Amino acid sequence: MTTVLPNLVPALPEMIMAVGAMALLMLGVFRGNKSTGQVSWLAAVLMLVVMVIVAGAENDKIATFGDMFVVDGFTIFMKVLVLLASALAVLMSLPYLRAENIERFEYPILIALATLGMMVMVSANDLMTMYMGIEMQSLALYVMAAFRRDTAQSTEAGLKYFVLGALSSGMLLYGASLVYGFTGTTNFTVLANVLHGHEGHGPSLGVIFGLVFVAAGLAFKISAVPFHMWTPDVYEGAPTPVTAFFAVAPKVAALALLTRTLFVPFGDMAGSWQQIVIFMAIASMFWGSIAAVIQTNIKRLMAFSSIGHVGFALVGIAAGSPAGIKAMLIYMAIYLVMNVGAFVCILSMRREQGLVDDIDELAGLSRTQPAMAAALAIFMLSLAGIPPLAGFFGKFYVFSAAIDAGYYTLAILGVLASVIGAYYYLRIVKIMYFDEPVGAFEPLKAPVMSMIMMASAIFIVLFVFLPAPLRNTAESAAQALLH
Amino acid sequence: MIESLCFYLFAAITVLSGFMVIASRNPVHSVLFLILAFFNSAGLFVLLGAEFLAMILVIVYVGAVAVLFLFVVMMLDIDFVELRQGFLQYLPMGALIGLILVVELMMVFGGWVLAPEMTAVVASATPDIAETENTRALGQLIYTDYVFLFQCAGMVLLTAMIGAIVLTHRQRPGVKRQNISKQVRRRRDEAYELVDIKPGQGV
Repeated sequence: MTTVLPNLVPALPEMIMAVGAMALLMLGVFRGNKSTGQVSWLAAVLMLVVMVIVAGAENDKIATFGDMFVVDGFTIFMKVLVLLASALAVLMSLPYLRAENIERFEYPILIALATLGMMVMVSANDLMTMYMGIEMQSLALYVMAAFRRDTAQSTEAGLKYFVLGALSSGMLLYGASLVYGFTGTTNFTVLANVLHGHEGHGPSLGVIFGLVFVAAGLAFKISAVPFHMWTPDVYEGAPTPVTAFFAVAPKVAALALLTRTLFVPFGDMAGSWQQIVIFMAIASMFWGSIAAVIQTNIKRLMAFSSIGHVGFALVGIAAGSPAGIKAMLIYMAIYLVMNVGAFVCILSMRREQGLVDDIDELAGLSRTQPAMAAALAIFMLSLAGIPPLAGFFGKFYVFSAAIDAGYYTLAILGVLASVIGAYYYLRIVKIMYFDEPVGAFEPLKAPVMSMIMMASAIFIVLFVFLPAPLRNTAESAAQALLH
Repeated sequence: MIESLCFYLFAAITVLSGFMVIASRNPVHSVLFLILAFFNSAGLFVLLGAEFLAMILVIVYVGAVAVLFLFVVMMLDIDFVELRQGFLQYLPMGALIGLILVVELMMVFGGWVLAPEMTAVVASATPDIAETENTRALGQLIYTDYVFLFQCAGMVLLTAMIGAIVLTHRQRPGVKRQNISKQVRRRRDEAYELVDIKPGQGV
């Protein structure tokens, strides 16, 4: 009996990532914690190299490993975002780890392993692959949340994230087993065919139940209301660079997975899931905006901000059209840049006694550190969606997709929510520009931080002149998903 | 003929030893009866043509789990008579749970029989026993069809291992560790000293 080796080429980036992470682990184990800087830089380089390999692949859809793993334009777009966010997160963390004296070489390796999990999530074309990717990513994230194991806050964040993450994984598995039980397959392509045949009398109740549970499990991972309870506590308790990582890459990966799950296997059941997504979108947009108003801690505020932004991205999915997916992709790309920039600023809020995360500490920043204040103001205004900054275009594409699909109420509610949300973003700008200064922060020692800050600010300001490349890539990615 | 004879022999011994596990007074005897039950279940698996499962049952359950039970029973001083005090009191509850399990099993089996169209969509049907041994079939599934998931599971375990070490490992000061290169580098003159003791003077 001969067996044919599966086509390994589509999974080449994942394999390089896995082997690279293990090689870095060996390097770290032999050289000890003093090699953290070296391992971090190598991990970032590894991610960027893998990103180039991913981006260089063909846009055509290739499935391998018995149709469990798929690569197409959509996965390429999402993987590039995930890898970019992870590489930036590694670079942003290094100065923090040095300053707080928690330099451990496992940190970049955990990020690399989490990234590997996210890549598997993005490429998942089977309920089992989906679960494997989610677990690989989540396990690394739980440990990272508790990375400062000597502080009660960080340990609490890790434990809370672990317990609620395990609960959500359980719900996801329950849903997956229902889907498998009622259709007899876990493969997305076969599922789509099986459910397509049900058009006449509608899918069975069991499949709908399974779909609801799978969607709820994934909604936990993107922290959409009403599955968001863990987000503020985990974001506040986790070390700040870990929060910066949490806010971007895992959300991009989980949204990619949610989109594929809803559109590919359950595409014919759009009527069943659209109402769930619409509810989650509206609830997330409003709760993210309203609850953030009373926050005094900037990490908590960013947690609610991320909940709100997930709501806006879900509007694109709720539209259920290629234009909606395209808008969601553009939104996530812009969200990545805005959030990375904002978190670089938050990571620079350092005084003699350590990192501070109270919003009032920013008072009068425009007079003490005008450059950082200007950058943070740009990020905040962009997060609020004020034209002509990039954040406005993200919201614009999402809402116009909703209107084209006929969801006028959804679009109007979204605009209302973003008006409420603008209040707390503008409050930060007001505190920085019009309040009495409370003293300067320590100057940035790492040039990489100011470089990231500057690059993201420039992207956000200049996006208005050159939106076409991102728009076209997102368009072809959305087309690739629905093929 | 001989097959059904074997089946009734194995089944009867399994049920009897299962009963003896909960009935015998001596906990060591309970564990020994458990091992007997495992062996006979393995025999039943062989009759079904599931030889891989039979071997795994003997190796894993008898070889590891049951021996572990035996260790626990013999090492720990547990008063089993006291543990069994409320046995009759919980009997109705236990019987009820058993009944529910039986009903559920029957429902699963009934659904199978009553809705044959479900089998039409099964992605990977059970291979015919006559065509392939199940060791090969399992290997085919795990290491060929699902090799990607197998490797992913390996990475998940690696992540979990790194996580456990990150969260619990700490360098304790003042603990003596073996340093082989230091031991090898030791020279004679730093290890001992010759003292010339004059007679009648002491050290």
